[in-house]
Amino acid sequence: MYSADFDYHRARSLADAQRLLAAHPGAKLLAGGHSLIPLMKLRLAAPSAVIDIGRIPELRGISRSGDSIRIGALTTHAELAASADLQKSAAALAEAAGLVGDPAVRSRGTIGGNVAHADPASDLPTVLVALDARITAVGPKGERTISADDFFTGIMTTALADDEVVTAIAVPASVRGQGSAYVKFAHPASRYAVIGAAALVSIANNRCSGARVALGGLLPHASRVRSVEKALTGKPLDAAAIEAAAALAQADLGSNVAGDIYASAEYRTAMAPVYVKRAVAAAAARAGLA
Amino acid sequence: MATTVAAPARVFGSGIRRREDPRLLTGTARYTADFTLPGQLYAAILRSPHGHARIRKIGSSAAKAAPGVVAVFTGADTEGVLQSIPCAWLVPNSDLKVAPYPPLARDVVRYVGDAVAVVVAESAQQAYDAVELIDVDYQPLPATVDPEHAVKPGAPQLHGEAPNNIAFHWTVAGGDVDAAFKAAEVVVRDRIVQQRLIPTAMETRGALAHYVPATGELTLWNTTQNPHIVRFIMSLVTGIPEDRLRVIAPEVGGGFGSKIPQIQGDFITVFCSMKLGRPVKWIESRSENYQSTTHGRDHVQDVELAATKDGRILGLRCTVWAGMGAYLSTAAPGIPTILHGLMLSGPYKIGAVKEDVYGVYTNTTPVEAYRGAGRPEATFMLERIIDRLADEIGVDPVEVRRRNLIPPFDNGFDVITGLKYDSGNYKGALDKALAHAGYEQLRAEQAEARKKGRYLGIGVSMYVEICGLGPSQVAGAVGFQGGLWESAIVRFHPSGKAHVFIGSSPHGQGEETTFAQIVADELGVSVNDVKVVHGDTDITPMGWGTYGSRTTAVSGAALAIATRKIKEKARLLTSHLLEAAVEDIDYANGKFFVRGFPDRHKTIQDIALMANVAWNMPQGMEPGLEATTSYDPPNFVFPFGAHLAVVEVQPETGHIELKRYVAVDDCGPQINPMIVEGQVHGGVVQGIGQALWEQAVYDANGQLLTGSLADYAIPRADVLPDIEVLSTVTPSPHHPLGVKGIGEAGTIASTCTVYNAVIDALEPFKVQSIQMPLTPERVWRAIAERKGA
Repeated sequence: MYSADFDYHRARSLADAQRLLAAHPGAKLLAGGHSLIPLMKLRLAAPSAVIDIGRIPELRGISRSGDSIRIGALTTHAELAASADLQKSAAALAEAAGLVGDPAVRSRGTIGGNVAHADPASDLPTVLVALDARITAVGPKGERTISADDFFTGIMTTALADDEVVTAIAVPASVRGQGSAYVKFAHPASRYAVIGAAALVSIANNRCSGARVALGGLLPHASRVRSVEKALTGKPLDAAAIEAAAALAQADLGSNVAGDIYASAEYRTAMAPVYVKRAVAAAAARAGLA
Repeated sequence: MATTVAAPARVFGSGIRRREDPRLLTGTARYTADFTLPGQLYAAILRSPHGHARIRKIGSSAAKAAPGVVAVFTGADTEGVLQSIPCAWLVPNSDLKVAPYPPLARDVVRYVGDAVAVVVAESAQQAYDAVELIDVDYQPLPATVDPEHAVKPGAPQLHGEAPNNIAFHWTVAGGDVDAAFKAAEVVVRDRIVQQRLIPTAMETRGALAHYVPATGELTLWNTTQNPHIVRFIMSLVTGIPEDRLRVIAPEVGGGFGSKIPQIQGDFITVFCSMKLGRPVKWIESRSENYQSTTHGRDHVQDVELAATKDGRILGLRCTVWAGMGAYLSTAAPGIPTILHGLMLSGPYKIGAVKEDVYGVYTNTTPVEAYRGAGRPEATFMLERIIDRLADEIGVDPVEVRRRNLIPPFDNGFDVITGLKYDSGNYKGALDKALAHAGYEQLRAEQAEARKKGRYLGIGVSMYVEICGLGPSQVAGAVGFQGGLWESAIVRFHPSGKAHVFIGSSPHGQGEETTFAQIVADELGVSVNDVKVVHGDTDITPMGWGTYGSRTTAVSGAALAIATRKIKEKARLLTSHLLEAAVEDIDYANGKFFVRGFPDRHKTIQDIALMANVAWNMPQGMEPGLEATTSYDPPNFVFPFGAHLAVVEVQPETGHIELKRYVAVDDCGPQINPMIVEGQVHGGVVQGIGQALWEQAVYDANGQLLTGSLADYAIPRADVLPDIEVLSTVTPSPHHPLGVKGIGEAGTIASTCTVYNAVIDALEPFKVQSIQMPLTPERVWRAIAERKGA
C-alpha cells in the first residue's frame, strides 16, 4: 500500500529537529519507522510532513552514570537486548526488548519511538513503568523529565507535547537484592503483547522490601497493579505468597480491560494473575541471585 | 588391497541443491511487479467496504481530475467488453447455479473487496490517491457470512439465480449406509468447523497487461499457477483470440491454490490496457490480497461413524456446508465435492459411505483451492471421528486404525467411492512412524507426566490423497471444463546442451531442478546441461498448470517419455553412424555402444551434434534431436502416509507447545529427497497453521476482521519443532517413473495430527472438541467448561 503524499525532512541535530518541528506543524517524527510507517501505508496516519531524526548521533547509545542507566532515544530494541549493562542491571528491559516483534523489527525499532507511540500492547512501556524509568524530552521551553508512571496517559497518548522530542530514557540500575523480569503472552500474528507483565522486586532479610509490578496489553496504557505490589511487600517471596498477591491483579484491572477477536477481556483478565505471578517469581529469582 | 569402483551415483534420487535458489536468495528473481514497460500506467482498484450493498451512484469526477489520472472506469464501462468471469468446474448432477461474476461490480456488491471502480494513473501513488476521491453512494443490505446459516429461511439472498444461497447440492454414496448404521454397535458423531483460511502466498497477486491496438495482441505478465488456463479464460472474457494472447508467468512467489483462479483484478487490468492502448500494471497490497484473492476451506461438517464394539468401521455419513464466497471461483465447486467426497474412506476399508455437500454463497471473498484442497477437510473428518471412536470403545487410536487399514497392494484397489487407488502400503507407513517416534515409550512418558500434573498429548493421523490430476476423460466426466494432460519438449542443441519446455508452471516446487534430473538420469548428461523452461504460452507447449500435486506426476511423465524418445532416436543414429545393427546398440552411463565393444560408442553429445548438423542421417530420419510428448495419465496417483505429533498443553493458560512432529510420507521413488523434504516441511507447517493459529474472521456484516498480517497469524519458524521427515517407497504402477506427488501431503495430514494430539493431552479433562484454531483461550475455556460440568 502507498501512503498519502508527505514532505520528508532529515534532521541533522536535535536543534535541527526542533527547528523543523516548529516550522512544520502537524509533522510527525520518524525514528525507526516501525510504528509510523505501517500506519501511513494503511493511510491511518497521513501527516503532511515527516521529520527523520533517525541519524542524530547524540540520541544513540547506552551509558551508565552512577546508579542509573541512560538510554538514548534512538537505541534499537536489538541494542537493548544485547546490552550487557541492561542484562545485568535492568534485566526486564533487555528481556522485553528481545521479545519485541521479530529480528527485523528489533534491528530498526527504537525505544524513543516506542514510548512516544505508546501502543497499549507494546512491551517496553510496561517494563519502564515497573522499573520507574524517567523519560527526558526536549521542547521549545527546554528539557524536562517525566516519570514513566506519568508519561503514558491513554491509548497511543502520552504526556509529550506536540513540539517535544524524546531524547533519552533513564532506568535505575538494580542493586544487590533487586531483580526484574518481563513475561509475555505474545499475539501469534502481531507479536504484540496480549498480556505483558513486568516486575521489579527488592529482597531484604528474605522478605520483599519493595515491589513494582506493571501490566501491559490489557488497559489503555501500561499500568501498575498496586494491590499486588502492596501485598508482596513484607512477605517472603515463596510460591504461595506470590500466587496470593498476583490474584489481586484482577481487582486492580477492574472492568476496563479491552478484548479483541483473539482474546476476550474476560480471558485476559483471568490470565493477568498468571503472568504477574510468573513475572514476580522470575524477578524474585534474579533478586536472590544478585 | 582390493579396490572397488563405485557405480556412478544416480542423479535420480540425489538430493542436489535447487537451481532456483541462488536467484531467489539473492533477490535477483524477477516477479510480475519487477517488470516495467515504456509508457506504463498503474491501476488502483476501489473495493467495496460493505459485505453486501446496492450501488446507488458512483461519483468519479474528482478522481478523474486528480493529478496524473488518465482514466476512471466502473462496471458500466465494461458493458459489452468483458463477459462474466466463468466458473470452470461445473460439477454434474449437483443442480449447480452459477451466478454472474462481473469483473467490476454492477449495481450490487457482495463482499468486502468486491471491485467497484478502477483508477489508472501515471504513477501508483497517484492512482491510490485518486481512488480515495471516488464517491460511492451505497445502500447497505443485510449480509450472511456463515455457510450453514446462509441456507436457512430468511437469510439474506445473494443471487436471484440461487434460491437460499445454495450454489449446488452434491452427493456421493457407496454401499448401504443406512444398513451400516442399523447394524452398528457404536455410533459416534462430531460437528467440525474447517475454518476459513487465507493462503498468504509471499507474493501477492498482480498483473501487467500490454495491449497493442495496432496488432490486437495482448501480452500479460501474470502471477499464476497456470498460464495456459489464463490465456483460455482471458480470451473468453475479453474476446481477444487465443493466438493474439500471450501469458507470461515470470517468477511466481507461491500460490497454494490462490493463483489458480482468474480474479477480478486480472480482467480489470487487461480491460484498462485495452481501453487505453498502454501497458497497465496492477499489484495487490497485502491488505487488498486478503480481501480480493481467494480464500480456502470454510466447511461446516456433521460427521457420523458407525462401527462395531471392537472398532471395525461399518459406515460413514456426513453433511457438509461448504462456503463458496460471493461468487464461484474458477475451480471452486470441484473442491468440496470431487477432491473431497471421493476421498472420504481414506486408507481404510469402509463398506458404506454417504455425503451430502451443499455449496453455499455467502458475503465473503470467493473460496478456491488451498493447499490440499478438499482432501485436508476429508482427512480431518475421518481421522478425527476415528479418534472419537477409539475413545468411545476404549481402544488405543492407533489400534483402531490398524483394524481397518486396507492391506498392502501394488496395482489397484477399488474403494467404495468409485476410485481405484494405484498402490499403497498404509501399514508400512504407520509402523515406520510409530517405531521412529517410539510410540509405546511416548505413552509411558505421557502417563508419568500426568502424575506430575503435566499434560502431554500424542496424536496420529493417516491419509491417502488423490493427486496427479488426472485422466482428462475423468476431468470431463466430473465437469472440469478443461483437460488435465501435460506436454513436454526436449530439444538438444548442437553442443549437447538441452532445453526442456513444459506446459505446467512450477512456482517454488523445484521442478527446474528435478526435471533436469529426469533428463540427466535418462541420458547421462550433466544436470547443469539441461535448462527447464516454463511459464510462457508463446514458448511452452500446452499444459493445464501446477496444482493438485500434479506437475511431477503428469508433466514429469510427459518429460520421461519425451526423453526416452530422444534416447531411441539416438540409438538409431548411433547404429547408422557406427554401421551396426540397431538391435546391437546398447546404452549405459551416457554412452550408446555396440554390444560387446564398449569402445565403439557415441555419447548423447556426439549424437546431438550429428543430428543437428545432419551431414549423415539415415534414410527417412528427420534432422535435429528433439522430442515432444503429450501425456494423459491413465489414473490419478495416491500418495499416503502416517504422521504423529507430540504436544504439551498448559491448562493454566491454554497454551500449546508442539514438541515433536514425525512425518512418514510415501510419494513413490523420490527424484530429489531434499526437495521432497522441503515440500513436506512447508505442507506440514501450513496444516499446523490451521490447527493452531490461522482463521479468517468475518463479522455479521461481512467485514473481514483479520485483514492484515497483524491479525491473521501465519506460522513462524520460532514456534515450530524440527520436523522429523521419513518416507517409505511404494511406486505407482502406472507412472513411467513410478512417482506420485508430494506438494500437498504434509498439509493434508498435519492439521488433524496436531488436533488429535491436543485432544489427547486433554483426555483427563474429557474435552472432546474445540473449535479451530486452538487458541489458548479456546483451550482454556474447554477445560474450564469440563471442570464446571
